[in-house]
Amino acid sequence: MSNPLVGNRPFPRAARTALRDAQLRANLRMATGTIRAKRAAVVSEMDDWEDLRAAGAAIKADVLARLPDLLVEFEAAATAAGAVVHWARDAAEACAIVADLVRETGATEVVKVKSMATQEIGLNEALAAVGVEAVETDLAELIVQLADDRPSHILVPAIHYNRTQIRDLFARRMAAVDATALTDDPPALTAAARAHLREKFLTAKVAISGANFAVAQTGTLVVVESEGNGRMCLSLPETLISVVGVEKLVPTFADLEVFLQLLPRSSTGERINPYTSMWTGVTPGDGPQNVHIVLVDNGRSHTLADPVGRQALWCIRCSACLNVCPVYERVGGHAYGSVYPGPIGAILSPQLTRGGDPSLPYASTLCGACYDVCPVKINIPEVLVHLRQTLRHPVAERPAMRALAWVMRDRRRYAAALRAARAGAAPLRGLARRRGGTTVRRLPWPLSAWTAHRDAPLPPAQTFRDWWRASGRPQA
Amino acid sequence: MRVALFITCVNDLVFPRTGRAVVALLERLGHEVAFPEAQTCCGQMHANTGYRAEALPLVRRFVEVFADYEAIVVPSGSCAAMVRDTYPRLLPEAAAVAARTYELSELLVDVLGVTDVGAHFPHRVTYHPSCHGLRMLRLGDRPLRLLRAVAGIDLVELPDAEQCCGFGGTFAVKNADVSGAMLADKCDRIAETGAEYVAATDNSCLAHIGGGLARRGVRARAVHYAEILAGTP
Repeated sequence: MSNPLVGNRPFPRAARTALRDAQLRANLRMATGTIRAKRAAVVSEMDDWEDLRAAGAAIKADVLARLPDLLVEFEAAATAAGAVVHWARDAAEACAIVADLVRETGATEVVKVKSMATQEIGLNEALAAVGVEAVETDLAELIVQLADDRPSHILVPAIHYNRTQIRDLFARRMAAVDATALTDDPPALTAAARAHLREKFLTAKVAISGANFAVAQTGTLVVVESEGNGRMCLSLPETLISVVGVEKLVPTFADLEVFLQLLPRSSTGERINPYTSMWTGVTPGDGPQNVHIVLVDNGRSHTLADPVGRQALWCIRCSACLNVCPVYERVGGHAYGSVYPGPIGAILSPQLTRGGDPSLPYASTLCGACYDVCPVKINIPEVLVHLRQTLRHPVAERPAMRALAWVMRDRRRYAAALRAARAGAAPLRGLARRRGGTTVRRLPWPLSAWTAHRDAPLPPAQTFRDWWRASGRPQA
Repeated sequence: MRVALFITCVNDLVFPRTGRAVVALLERLGHEVAFPEAQTCCGQMHANTGYRAEALPLVRRFVEVFADYEAIVVPSGSCAAMVRDTYPRLLPEAAAVAARTYELSELLVDVLGVTDVGAHFPHRVTYHPSCHGLRMLRLGDRPLRLLRAVAGIDLVELPDAEQCCGFGGTFAVKNADVSGAMLADKCDRIAETGAEYVAATDNSCLAHIGGGLARRGVRARAVHYAEILAGTP
């Protein structure tokens, strides 16, 4: 099975393929532009937004600093409330635990709440391998599942589809749908999905969820959602299994106050999300009577050990950084090869996988837009640069970068290099002049990567330092 | 005031006219410019591409060369951000020099207290705020305040101005296709304004943007804003 956190092609090559898809780019521009504007509007109305961000970051930093203690506290509280807590080192262990729990119930179909943790561990595929069908009930996840596709966004996994494409998909894959009557009107599409899912909710014996937050003090799990499908899954079936990354903890119930303000405004651009479900173990006679919680590490301890990189674990999966990223907007999520795409994916995936695709931390111009919108102030550019330091460099690049640094270390070598570059450009300057410009259209490799997309400027006949000397100004 | 000029390696070689403009501008305003000739490169490309060990000697070198100056001006937002934001994290003893290093608009507006520099530039201009100046230095509207005070200028707003142009240092070659796609959109927005010039604080971004405009035959030309501020009738 392929790793849900690592693609089969380096980012630049996967991106090139994505860039050729004009429909994809149009869909992405439309969708990210809309959600960016919504977020900006609801964030700008908050006087204390910066204080909330600082509080969010501080709580997350505190959680990571005493994670082992908080995990034990959570386990004790959840167990006391009637839940069964399981511990999984990695994706394989987590999948095996869930598969065993489902098999014990005898169910061959489970309903799912949208969850990044289960995407990350490849749970649907693992369940299919033991004869259990996992039905995604979030509308966008359902679209992706019906299309046999992969999610391309953390919050809106079907962001790469427009409504005409979704109409065609529903007409083809939903047995009960009248294919000729279905329009691409959003309410009509929603109604079709609702009818399709309602039967699943009412017959399911097992539900599988993730959690946005886990409260150490009380053993409470929290799911934040928009469609109500989550509430159905969390309240109707007899058995509820929740897969939770160990970094999802918050110390106390009161800490949720900060995140329940930060998350909806950053993710969907709403002041408050429609459904916030919280449950603490088992309530006799009400809701699921078999409640399991699978706490997953899967590379998080490794990430936690890195003093700079660990801030990636503060992430609350809002996806504001995706929506604002100029790179993501051009290429979409699949190019990142991981279930975590975009800027956060570029720092999270390589750390969780201890390497993964080494080109991912370079999938950014370091423009900093992601850092500005992050509700928990993850300094994504800082971590990107840090990871570039730790990953292996392309073979041809290292000697060139070393040579350049050697030149720059000495004023005479530097001045000589400037003279050489200026002299080397002289014939090109002549050519450009005859064409009536100052730029050159084609340069040999490796500079051809530059001139493939834009003209290159040429050094003029006199460097600045030569001019300074010639101007008679004092030398310093 | 005596101001040391850190020209940056890209400007030294490829855009010396920007350096000449900074000198002309500051001298016109009655200040003395010093150019320490031992300066080379700030090390940003190495530090940002994962070559910290190679960048460190360049950081030390900068700190030594500029140790004795009370103000250092850089006609580049990203090189100024490298010094001010990144240096202290790479080398704690760089903090003092870093704190005295200013991007040109910061020097003019905050240190020298001037927004009308007495320039004249009778052209339609649009302004692209380069990312490191915008988000690391938080230049805000300083460059625009300086440009608005220029006599004769027709300053027009650039749609989606705050979106990155796609340069990103080595990103432009490591992810050439994505960089090219971002550039295409930026060039389209610039063309929509009908401007004769697109100005910015960084010649590296401008080399990328200008190269894209030239390739597409858009009439707007890329120009460092220092050259506009240096313009006189």
